[in-house]
Amino acid sequence: MSYIGKSVKRVEDPRFIQGQGRYVGNIHLPGMVYLAIKRSPYAHAVIKKFRTKKAEAHPGVVAVFTGADLVEAGLGAMPCGWNVPDQKTPIRQILATDKARHVGDGIAVVAAEDPYTAVDALELIEVDYEPLDAVIDARKTTDVGMPLIHDDVPENTSYEWSLGDKDACDEAFAAADHIVDLELTNQRLIPNAMEPRACVAQWSGPTEEMTVWTTSQNPQPIRLLLSAFTLFIPENRLRVISPDVGGGFGSKIFHYPEEVITPWVARKINRPAKWVATRSESSVTDSQGRDHVTVARMALKKDGEITGVHVTTWANMGAYLSTFAPLIPTAFYITLFAGLYKAKGIWGEVYGTLTNTVPVDAYRGAGRPEASYLIERLIDVAAHELGIDSVEIRRRNFIGKDEFPYQTPVALQYDSGDYHRLFDKATSMAGYEQMRAEQGQARNDGRLVGIGVSGCIEASGPAPSAVAGALGSAVGFWESGVVRVHPSGKVTVLTGSHSHGQGHETTFAQIVADQLGIDLGDIEVVHGDTGRVPFGMGTYGSRSAAVGGSALVMSTEKVKTKLMKIAAHQLEAADEDMVYDTEKGVVHVKGSPERAKPFAELAFAAYSAHNLPAGLEPGLDETSFYDPSNFTFPNSAHICQVEIDTETGEVELQRYIAVDDVGNVINPMLVEAQIQGGIAQGVGQALWEQGVYDESGQLVTASMMEYALPRADFFPPFEIGRTETPSPHNPLGVKGAGEMGTIASTVAVANAVMDALAPLGIRHLDMPLTPDKIWSAISSVGAASTAKVEYFGGD
Amino acid sequence: MYPAQFDYYRPKSLKEAISLLKKKKDAKLLAGGHSLIPAMKLRVSSPATLIDIGRIKGLEGIKASKTSVKIGGLATHAAIESSPELRSACPILAEAAGHIGDIQVRNRGTIGGSLVHADPAADYPTVMLALEASFTLTGVKGKRKVAADAFFVDLFETALKPGEVLTDVNVPVMRAGQGGCYIKHRHPASSYAVVGVAAIVTLADGAVDAVQLAVGGATPNPVLIKTVHHALVGQKPTPAAIASACENVAEAIEDPLGDLYASGEYRTHLATVLSRRALTEAVKRAKKQK
Repeated sequence: MSYIGKSVKRVEDPRFIQGQGRYVGNIHLPGMVYLAIKRSPYAHAVIKKFRTKKAEAHPGVVAVFTGADLVEAGLGAMPCGWNVPDQKTPIRQILATDKARHVGDGIAVVAAEDPYTAVDALELIEVDYEPLDAVIDARKTTDVGMPLIHDDVPENTSYEWSLGDKDACDEAFAAADHIVDLELTNQRLIPNAMEPRACVAQWSGPTEEMTVWTTSQNPQPIRLLLSAFTLFIPENRLRVISPDVGGGFGSKIFHYPEEVITPWVARKINRPAKWVATRSESSVTDSQGRDHVTVARMALKKDGEITGVHVTTWANMGAYLSTFAPLIPTAFYITLFAGLYKAKGIWGEVYGTLTNTVPVDAYRGAGRPEASYLIERLIDVAAHELGIDSVEIRRRNFIGKDEFPYQTPVALQYDSGDYHRLFDKATSMAGYEQMRAEQGQARNDGRLVGIGVSGCIEASGPAPSAVAGALGSAVGFWESGVVRVHPSGKVTVLTGSHSHGQGHETTFAQIVADQLGIDLGDIEVVHGDTGRVPFGMGTYGSRSAAVGGSALVMSTEKVKTKLMKIAAHQLEAADEDMVYDTEKGVVHVKGSPERAKPFAELAFAAYSAHNLPAGLEPGLDETSFYDPSNFTFPNSAHICQVEIDTETGEVELQRYIAVDDVGNVINPMLVEAQIQGGIAQGVGQALWEQGVYDESGQLVTASMMEYALPRADFFPPFEIGRTETPSPHNPLGVKGAGEMGTIASTVAVANAVMDALAPLGIRHLDMPLTPDKIWSAISSVGAASTAKVEYFGGD
Repeated sequence: MYPAQFDYYRPKSLKEAISLLKKKKDAKLLAGGHSLIPAMKLRVSSPATLIDIGRIKGLEGIKASKTSVKIGGLATHAAIESSPELRSACPILAEAAGHIGDIQVRNRGTIGGSLVHADPAADYPTVMLALEASFTLTGVKGKRKVAADAFFVDLFETALKPGEVLTDVNVPVMRAGQGGCYIKHRHPASSYAVVGVAAIVTLADGAVDAVQLAVGGATPNPVLIKTVHHALVGQKPTPAAIASACENVAEAIEDPLGDLYASGEYRTHLATVLSRRALTEAVKRAKKQK
C-alpha cells in the first residue's frame, strides 16, 4: 500500500460540504452570555470618561466591564513574542484605558443574554473622547510635530534592524555598470479569512478549570500566552481548543484581546461566554498584512549579472506590536533578498514604525512576498533597461544546482534546488518564445500585451529553534507528533500543528499509513486541542508537512522498532534479522516472508503483554518532538500574460503558468490546491486589494463594498506544473507549499502589467494596478495607440 | 451584524400594506431585502417597523402587450433576466438585470426595491431612463404614474411619497429597427456599476432616427445625454460618427462622483468610452431587428 504521492481525496471534506463542520461559532452552552466589544471610532483619542450606567440598566444586559476593570483584576498586557535588539515594545492593554490608538481599539465589553441586546447596549455606553491628530504614514512617523502614539516609544519607532554585507554592497555599487533605482510601496492588505474570529469560554468552578475555544492556528502557544502573560490561569488548568477553523492566512496566529476577555468574563460572572466578530470588526481588529514603503537599488554588470542590492524599508507596524510583528519585516524579509541568485553585495535596513492603524503582522507569505516583490521588480526593471529578456537575466544569475547547500550573504543556507530545470519546465509549458513573438505582433498592432515572469524562493518552516531564539523569538519552532496504536490496530495520530483548511487529516494519515503499511481508513488525525495533543507550535510559515510530518515519521519509526522487537521475540529470531514490510504491513524474518506477524496482531501483543521480550514496556504509544535543522526552500517559476484595455486601463489576466518546486509531494491535489489558492490571493494584491486609511485614520476600505477580494471568475484556468527537488534534511524530503503561490504571483502579475506598459515609457506603478491608476498613467504619457518604443523582447 | 429591534408585519394584500405604511411611524417596506437588510445589520438604517410585502401575490408578474411590458414591483432580477417576454420585447432590461450582483442577489432582490432605493451605482435606473419607462406608484388615494426622469431626484432620493408603493414598472416594447445595449464597468468589490451605460438606437433606412443614451454611476442620478441624439440623428451610424457624437458625453457629466477606486475624471472618461461601445453594439443589434 502506498499513499504518498497520490491525490487522496480529503477525508475531512464530507463534513464540510454537508455543513457539519465544527466551528467555534457553532458552540452553544447552557446559560451562555454573548459579548460585544465597544470600539473606538477614533484613530487616536484620549479616553476621558465612561458612563456605563444606562447600558448596565438595559434589560438583558448581564454586565459591563471597561479596561480599568481588567487592570484591577490583575490581568496582564498583550505580549509580543518577538524581540529584535533594542526593540521598544509599547504596552498594549487588553482594553485601552488611557488612549485609543486605532479605529477599532477595544475599550469596553458588554455581556448580555443575547447578541442583539449586547450590541444595543454598546450604543448606550457613553464615552468622552479628546480626539488627537493621527499618525498614518509609516515614513513620516518621526517628522517634527508628529504626535507620539506611546509615551514610551520615542519618534514612534519601535526598532531599526539591518542585515547583510555593507562593504560588499558598497563595492558592488561602486563597480556597477548599471544601477536600478526604485521606490515602491507594498500596500496594506486585510486578511479576510472566511470564518471571522470567535471565542467561547467555560469556567468550571468545582475543578477550577477553564476551557477556551478559539479560532486559532496555534492553540498551544495561545494557552501558554494566556497562562503566562494575560489571563494567569495555570496551563494545567487551562484547555484551549481550536476546532474546525475556516481559514487564517496568518491572521489567526496571534494572541488577541478577545481571547482574554471572553474567559475572564466567563469566570467573573460564572457563566459560559461567547464572542464572535462581525465582518466589520474583522476589518478593524484582525492583524493586517504587508504595508512597506521601500527605497531600493540594484547594481548590475552590463551582461545582467547582479552584484548588489541596497534596500531601506519603512515597515508600518500599526498601533501596537502584534504577537510576531517584528519578525516579519526583519528575519522573514531581508534574509530573502538573495532570491534565486548569486549576488553577494546585499544589504538591507528596516525601520519598524508605529502608526494609528490596525496592527500589522504575518499574512500569507509574511515578509517573503515583500522581499520577492522587491527583488523581482528590480530585476525586471533591470532587464528592460539593459535590454535582456526577463527569463534570460534571471538564468544568468541563478545559483547552480551543484552549489547546494548554498550560503547566501543574508544568513540563510539554501538546502537544495534546480532553478534552470524549474524555468525549463515553466517556459516550455508557457511556450515562452511563442508568447514573446505574439506579444511583439500585438505591440505592432498597438495593443498593450504584457508578459510577467517571477522566480521566487521562500524560507518555509522556520528553524532551527536555537537560531529562532537568537533572532528574537520567544518560542521554538519544533513540532510534536504522537502515533498511538490501539490494541485493535487502529491508530490515533496527534499533531501539534493545526489545520484550518490545509487538509492535515488526510496528508498526515497518508504519511502514517505508508510508514506503518496500514489502511488510511484505520487512522484518525487529531489536532487543535491542548487537552488531547502535546504541546506543539501550530501551523503557519508552510511548516506543517516538513516539521509536523517529520515528527510523525519519527514516532512511526519508534513504533516500528518496538513492533520488530516483539515480532523477533515471538518468531524466535534476532532483532537485526527482522524486516518491516510497509507494503503489506507485516514484520517478517529476513529471507523468510512466510515467518511473519501482521501489524494488528503485534499491536494487540504489545497491549496483552503476555509474551513480550524481557525488559520491553507494554503499550504502543510513541511521542516525538522534531526540531528541524534548517528551513526548507521551495522555489518557483511563474509566467503570466495580461492585456490592458488601452482605453479603460482594465487588466485582463489571460494566462497563468506556475511551476513550483516544493520538494517531494505527499498529495498532489492538495499541493495544487494550495498553489492555486495562493496564486489567486497574490493576484488579489497585484490588481485589486488595498487597505487604505485616510488622514484621520479611518479605514476607507473597511467593508466588502470597497475591499476587493478576488473571485473565481476574475481568473483564467491556471496551468500548474511542478519539479521535485527533495529537501535533503527532513525524512520526507518535503518543502513548504502553502505560501509559494502568493509569494510568486503578486510580482509576476505586477511585472506583466509593467511589461505591457513598457512601450509607453511607464517604468513603475504601485499596486494595486487598478484601471483608474493605469488609465491615468497612460493618459499622462500621451495617446497609447501612437507610441512605438524600441523593445528587446520576442522579435 | 445585529440590527436594532423593530416591529415586523406581513400584510396579505397591497391595500393592507399601504394602510400599515400610513399608520405606522418610521416604517419601511421590505421586499427582497438586499439593500435594506445589510443597512440595518450595519445599523446605518434602524426603522421602527418593517412591512414585509415580499409574499403579496400579484405584484411579481411580467406581462407584455403590443406596445409595453408591465413588470410587477416584486419581480426579482432573476425573473427579469430570464423572462421570455422581456427577452423578446425589451432585451436591454433583461441584459441589465443579468449584470446585477450575483446569482443569490438576483434571486432575492426585486426591481421595485432597487428602484426606490435609488443607489447611484445601481443598474436599473440608467436603463429606465434610456427606455423612458414609467412607474406606477400606489398610495391610499390611488395610483399615479411617474416618468423615470422625474422619479430619480437625488442620491438615494425619489419622487415616491410617504405611504406610496412602487407597484409596476412600464417599459415600451422595442420596435423593429431598434437595438439596445447595457454595459457597465463593474466594481471589483461590490459588483455595482462604477459607470453603466444604456443605449437604445432606432434606425430608419440605414440612418439614425433616434438615440436614447443614459449614463449612470458617474453622478448622483443617471443622466440622459440628449446631445448624442442630436449629433447622430439623420446620420449613418459609422464608427467615426458614433465616436464623434460621444465626445459630447463628458460635458453632460457635471460634478462627477469620485472615490478611492475611480476618480470623477476617470468616471467621466469611462462614460465616454462605454457610451461609444454601448452605442456601437446597439447599432449592431438594431440592424438585426429589421
